[in-house]
Amino acid sequence: MHVPTGLPWGLILSALILWSLLAWASLFIPKAPRIAPLIFPLGALGALCVAAAGLLALHGPPVTMVSPLGLPGLPFHGRLDALSGLFLALFGLTTVAISLDLTGYRAREHYPVAARIGVQYHILLMSLTLVFVAADAYSFLIAWEAMALSSYLLVVTDHRTSAARRAGFLYLLIEHVGALAILAAFAILIAQAPAGPQLAYTFAALHTANPGPAVAGLVFVLAFLGFGAKAGLVPLHVWLPQAHPVAPSPISALLSSVLLKVGIYGLLRVAFVVLPTPAPWWGLTVLTVGLVTALLGALSSAVQSDMKRLLAYSSVENIGLITAAIGLALLFSAYGLKALAALALIAALYHCLNHAFFKGLLFLGTGSVLHATGERNLGRLGGLIHRMPQTALLMLIGTLAIAGVPPLNGFVSEWLTLQAFLKAAALPRPYLAMGIPLGAALTALVAGLAGYVMVKFYGIVFLGRPRETRLTHAVEAGPFERAGLGLLALLCIVLGLWPAGIIALLRPAARLLIGTDAPVTVSYAGARVGVAHAGYAPAVLWLAFGVIALATVLVLRKRSPRPARRAAVWNCGHPVVGARMQDTAEGFGQPIRRIFTAFLAARHRQPAPDDLAPRYGSVVEDRFWTDLYRPAARGFETIFAWTAALGPRRIAVSLFCVLMTLIVLLALAP
Amino acid sequence: MIMNLFVRQIVQILLVIAMAPLLMGWIRQCRAWLANRAGAGLLQPYRELSKLLRKQPIVAHEASPLFVATPYILFTTMVVAGAMVPMTTTRLPLAGVSDAVALAGVFALARIFAALAAMDLGTAFGSMGARRAMLVGFLAEPALLMVLFTPAMISGSTSLVVIVRQLARHGIILYPSMAFAAAAYVMVTLAENARLPVDNPDTHLELTMIHEALNLEYSGRHLALIEWSVAIKLFVYIGIGAALFFPWGITQGHDLAALPIAYALLLAKLAAAGAGLAVIETVFAKLRLFRVPEFLGTAFLLAVLGLLVRYLFGH
Repeated sequence: MHVPTGLPWGLILSALILWSLLAWASLFIPKAPRIAPLIFPLGALGALCVAAAGLLALHGPPVTMVSPLGLPGLPFHGRLDALSGLFLALFGLTTVAISLDLTGYRAREHYPVAARIGVQYHILLMSLTLVFVAADAYSFLIAWEAMALSSYLLVVTDHRTSAARRAGFLYLLIEHVGALAILAAFAILIAQAPAGPQLAYTFAALHTANPGPAVAGLVFVLAFLGFGAKAGLVPLHVWLPQAHPVAPSPISALLSSVLLKVGIYGLLRVAFVVLPTPAPWWGLTVLTVGLVTALLGALSSAVQSDMKRLLAYSSVENIGLITAAIGLALLFSAYGLKALAALALIAALYHCLNHAFFKGLLFLGTGSVLHATGERNLGRLGGLIHRMPQTALLMLIGTLAIAGVPPLNGFVSEWLTLQAFLKAAALPRPYLAMGIPLGAALTALVAGLAGYVMVKFYGIVFLGRPRETRLTHAVEAGPFERAGLGLLALLCIVLGLWPAGIIALLRPAARLLIGTDAPVTVSYAGARVGVAHAGYAPAVLWLAFGVIALATVLVLRKRSPRPARRAAVWNCGHPVVGARMQDTAEGFGQPIRRIFTAFLAARHRQPAPDDLAPRYGSVVEDRFWTDLYRPAARGFETIFAWTAALGPRRIAVSLFCVLMTLIVLLALAP
Repeated sequence: MIMNLFVRQIVQILLVIAMAPLLMGWIRQCRAWLANRAGAGLLQPYRELSKLLRKQPIVAHEASPLFVATPYILFTTMVVAGAMVPMTTTRLPLAGVSDAVALAGVFALARIFAALAAMDLGTAFGSMGARRAMLVGFLAEPALLMVLFTPAMISGSTSLVVIVRQLARHGIILYPSMAFAAAAYVMVTLAENARLPVDNPDTHLELTMIHEALNLEYSGRHLALIEWSVAIKLFVYIGIGAALFFPWGITQGHDLAALPIAYALLLAKLAAAGAGLAVIETVFAKLRLFRVPEFLGTAFLLAVLGLLVRYLFGH
């Protein structure tokens, strides 16, 4: 198929223009409410254009564009290559679903809020697109900042509650710590670039900067810090469980599905494209941080009782798994095992797509539940499968996908990751070759925990009896919301049943980053993917599943024909006393709290034997919050109190201090 | 040739379905003998299944479609798992298109559906059972994967077919790493199949039951399907164990003459494993629920030790 090279850029430009018009048009929603239902479907159209551009760019040659915008002598550079294309496709497809969901969602909101979301949402989409296509440090950072600010404004949509304002502030803070680290990383690289008539700030020029190993390591650490803050890696993950619950659900979906992936994208871009060949310790660091993040995310999500906090911690877990696979790729790449590095990278990229789709599905579904019930607390939900059967079915697909079981997509990336881990025996250092299977063990443990968490989530929200009487009035989500959910569920199924096709899309990106093809074989007419003689053919397996299930049903219809009778619950003969006898979210988390006490900061309250009004309670906080951030904050406060007490608060003294600091700094300067 | 493959596959599927209750009967008979009882005979599980199939199933008013679909899903997943394991021959279509990791995934799928169905009616027993079953499951799954990784390291592939070929080719060699893995595998098998010392398959004792709590509300053919799937699961676990640790006798060529011997050997392996299981269940007492993580943690560490031994000494 011949694709004109300008087509992807044309699609992206038209999406950008469309979105900017929509952002502007959203301002008029309060005056002309009739346009409100049009805004978000048109936004979905733009997202579709971006997704198409991304898919086209995957197989085409990289196309560079120098934009007429920017400062004189410092034009913006854009570049569409396979990596950008992949992330644009991920972003576009997820955004189609989110925009559809927003269409239904906004119908119930007040128009001023709809206007605000319309403006900021479309600005965020524009800045996200620009982050993915930026090819120089300057435009990248500008797009990055626009993305940070517009997403901050979306997080504090509900700015009247103090929780939203606090979470928004934390988000903005960590975002900017990260942005500063990225700025520093680029600045160091630009300073290392050979001097010329032009300032070398494009990624291509930075790649030729060729810094020494020490400087490259410093740049890598700064970039990892900056992009890790965006992606939500431990210990900078604390904004996620605070910002996700307060943001409107479609925005949480966008945060989790796309914005976290921007961090991954940046890490891949800098570590593999901009910087020279990685050193082994880079990979080891990334792998360790990824595994710790995955484990802590999984454990923390198991003990949450707020739907969206649970999903936010689950995002931390998934980002950890992606990062671990990237660390493995860096490690293989450092030792020259290019093919294995490509395999690990394909596992990471596959999981990026998976996580975008199933987490988007779950967050959007959570939004539908929230709208139907007004309740985010797992302890007050239950039995919604009867009230919202279609949403429940679509959410079941998301639940099974994220639990990492076949035939859905979560399993494919888990499979690929484990295969990559098993290849670690090829590493030339014995301590690595021995230590890394432990990483595989940890990955397996995290996958098992994910299943536990998702049974808790789905079982408590959708199954059982309604824990509150008003839940019986819950109604099914609207058609637009269900369309968004359905699109993402369909993508989960496609990615689960047809891994060969998806891996074919990922290969160009892996080739761009590593330079070699991954040793993944495809056979059985594209149904089976194989690594080292081991294969997985979900379509064949599930064909067999269907045939056996059908045969079972047919045989039983003949052998056991009596129709089932409906009766009251048996429950071992005990009468069922209301919905309160069911397990709560806290109860479901109890075994995890008990086994993994050391990892969680839990406070329990138990009554004394002679207590007349016994009360039980337990509060689980993030260990990093109690053991790292709070002590650090207290330390800073002590220092500030100390400096404040030190001198009289007179302007002359302060100016003198500033002057002395300046002199000291100048003396230190080379 | 292709027909031959399909016939083998179908024969194995039918064999797994038909023989799994017999294995259950054999284990119960052995346990009865060890306890100095006469026992109900090898065929008792078949009688129970046919009784359940004749009875009318009763479904609670509050049950959702998920509840009714789950017994069928459990049965089918276990049969598919049985079809994926090379028990008598490596020439199976479904064993070629899936590997050990996929097998663990199929088991996880069944576990998740069983737990969800138990939570569907909103009874205290059901949700407690779901929680406990998932607890045992999420601890057993990594241990199972670690067990599978040791032979995968030795043969360079996670495919059971390749593992069987590689291990059987070397003849009877005792790999120290495989000894660790085998010990861990026995522990995982006990936990995953709700056997003593993790769970007692014979009682519905409310405070301690794990697996039984999941299917309290099932009756008639639904219960029959679940009981049958439990039997198939144990059969498949023993089949995997035989393939990993005693792969001798599993045919690899196309000649049908070796098949009868392979079947006889499989029967012998199953009989031995069933008798061994009965001894374990007679000797050990049930663990408290919160000792189970320790039990499975031990299994996990044994398996990891096996991997490390493999790396350190190359055996």
